[in-house]
Amino acid sequence: MTINRVEIDAAAEALPGHFGPYGGRFVPEALTAALDELDAAFRAAMTDPAFAEELSSLERDYTGRPSIMTRAHRFAEYCGGAHIYLKREDLNHTGSHKINNVLGQALLTQRMGKKRVIAETGAGQHGVASATAAALLGLECTVYMGEEDTKRQALNVARMKLLGAEVIPVTTGSRTLKDAINEAMRDWVTTVDRTHYLLGTVTGPAPFPEMVRTFHSVIGREAREQILSLEGRLPDAAVACVGGGSNAMGLFSGFMDDPSVQLRGYEAGGDGVETGRHAARFAAGTPGVLHGARTYVMQDEWGQTVSSHSISAGLDYPGVGPEHAWLHDTGRAMYEAVNDDEAMNAFQILSKTEGIIPAIETAHALAGAMRLGQELGPDAVIVVNLSGRGDKDVETAARWFGIPLGDRE
Amino acid sequence: MNPRLSSVFETARAESRAALIGYLPAGFPDHRSSVELFHAMTDAGVDAIEVGLPYSDPLMDGPAIQEAVSMALEAGTTTDVVLDIVEQISGHGATALVMSYWNPIERYGVQRFAERLASAGGVGVITPDLTPEEAGPWSAATDAFGIDRVFLVAPSSTQVRIDTVTSATTGFVYAASTMGVTGARGQVSSAAPELVARVREATKLPIAVGLGVSTAAQAQDVARYSDGVIVGSAFVNAILEATDLAAALRAVSKLATELSAGVRGEA
Ligand SMILES: Cc1ncc(COP(=O)(O)O)c(C=O)c1O
Repeated sequence: MTINRVEIDAAAEALPGHFGPYGGRFVPEALTAALDELDAAFRAAMTDPAFAEELSSLERDYTGRPSIMTRAHRFAEYCGGAHIYLKREDLNHTGSHKINNVLGQALLTQRMGKKRVIAETGAGQHGVASATAAALLGLECTVYMGEEDTKRQALNVARMKLLGAEVIPVTTGSRTLKDAINEAMRDWVTTVDRTHYLLGTVTGPAPFPEMVRTFHSVIGREAREQILSLEGRLPDAAVACVGGGSNAMGLFSGFMDDPSVQLRGYEAGGDGVETGRHAARFAAGTPGVLHGARTYVMQDEWGQTVSSHSISAGLDYPGVGPEHAWLHDTGRAMYEAVNDDEAMNAFQILSKTEGIIPAIETAHALAGAMRLGQELGPDAVIVVNLSGRGDKDVETAARWFGIPLGDRE
Repeated sequence: MNPRLSSVFETARAESRAALIGYLPAGFPDHRSSVELFHAMTDAGVDAIEVGLPYSDPLMDGPAIQEAVSMALEAGTTTDVVLDIVEQISGHGATALVMSYWNPIERYGVQRFAERLASAGGVGVITPDLTPEEAGPWSAATDAFGIDRVFLVAPSSTQVRIDTVTSATTGFVYAASTMGVTGARGQVSSAAPELVARVREATKLPIAVGLGVSTAAQAQDVARYSDGVIVGSAFVNAILEATDLAAALRAVSKLATELSAGVRGEA
């Protein structure tokens, strides 16, 4: 289904912060001033060479950018023999792409004179990255995390605490990422004069989707340059997993104006879209408003959000970034669901063929590359965003594959 | 026909007092009890009823209303149930307005919602997460069906924002007294009088203050500088603490009677 345009405000579409009918700002009035302040700080920073210098030196000297691009020869055998290149965001400090956005927003927090950041986290990667940046820049940090996720990502909870952050388990609703965002919003509306909400993906009210994409666009810029030098041509496809959609927007943005490059996003199919236990917003969602933006939402006929399910905490979210909704409707990007078992198969194959243990989120993109490689054939060049490493998922994966975990449990 | 919002405020002004607006989520704790609880509010002197449309992600609400809303959803409260409740309490003489997060209205259909609400006898809608910028079709639909649309202002609103919000609003302006979520507080925020004064400069519409008002003494204080006092979490807490429906009805009547004295300066 596509959106009922009759009841969408054509005038609003023309305003900044909209992607066609998607995006916008659906927030309590109390947050409007803070979003305006953030928008102004972001735009001022984008034209300030000092900000660009500060951010790029942190990226170079702290994150370890540029991240390398690895050709996956043995994994490619499972991808129809296509040329598979992995953009190694897993090698960033803290182990995923999340740090790119966090450093940008943490610098903005300083510029706005705020001393505290709050963040939501699903897999814990964004929480860890936020706690890391807060430690580096001397900010106070509180992370909201669904209680369910604190269990399946216990290692990351410990990491955040070691970094000096306060972690608040959220016990409302489905106790996952959606509910963590609700709690973070409630905190923010109460403390907004001294707190920045360091949102972890390309969702939420404007300017978050555009801002977070901008801070991740370094992924796409580097990837485009790297693939041109490695292959001497543009890739046939750029592939990423899509939770909120930040690592995908980062990669896609590098190829947006190259019409020959297919943009492929993979969302979580959970137990299978037909079972209802999934996080497949494009396969089974409809346009609606969630967490401040109009986008595709898993909802019932009354507009109540439906709980999502995925083995991957970072993809377990019933909404998606509004720019993805627009790329979907316009056909510029294509989205497919990958079920838990297919993702775990890809997880194992990459580990055993390349010696790289991916995050389970990322494994959805790898499963997508396996499908796409078969489809495009051995001459195809495919860039996959390896958004994160799998250390945090070792316990989940061990349980999945029946590997004993010593005397634990 | 029941009084429109404008005449609710005119009556209150004629009596040199503020209007009392009481909130409960519809369908809390269940469909039938909810109707009786709203009737009890009306019978005890609440001037207008704010019927909350339960939503799965109430990110402007504190723990009490969150709990009530999830009970209402578990009891099967759909948008059609909410409209039925509006119809029943309007039939009982209440001036009823709906308070809803935006997504359920958009999903129901903006035109359809306004039309059904009007035919159920409802007089207005408060939309806490809809900003005037996104409200074009909503303004057209509410105008077409004679429904008031109430937007919010907050202590952080700039004067420019206050102008934008008040010119999009009809019925009354909802002044959120504090930066925060719903919930009873020991004190009404000191930001409220200053906010009301700023809103007065922008509009002749009545101004009602909500968030954190829970006692008759607080209602009396807020009534000194505003045209309306909105109470929600205190009613919810009274019901959550009651052991059965009879006790809940007594508690709601008692609180409504006290608050009603409060807005008359008789707390
Ligand atoms: C490694 C990794 N990849 C992907 C995601 C999903 O987020 P996004 O879709 O915003 O990239 C997460 C989120 O936690 C993650 O940790």
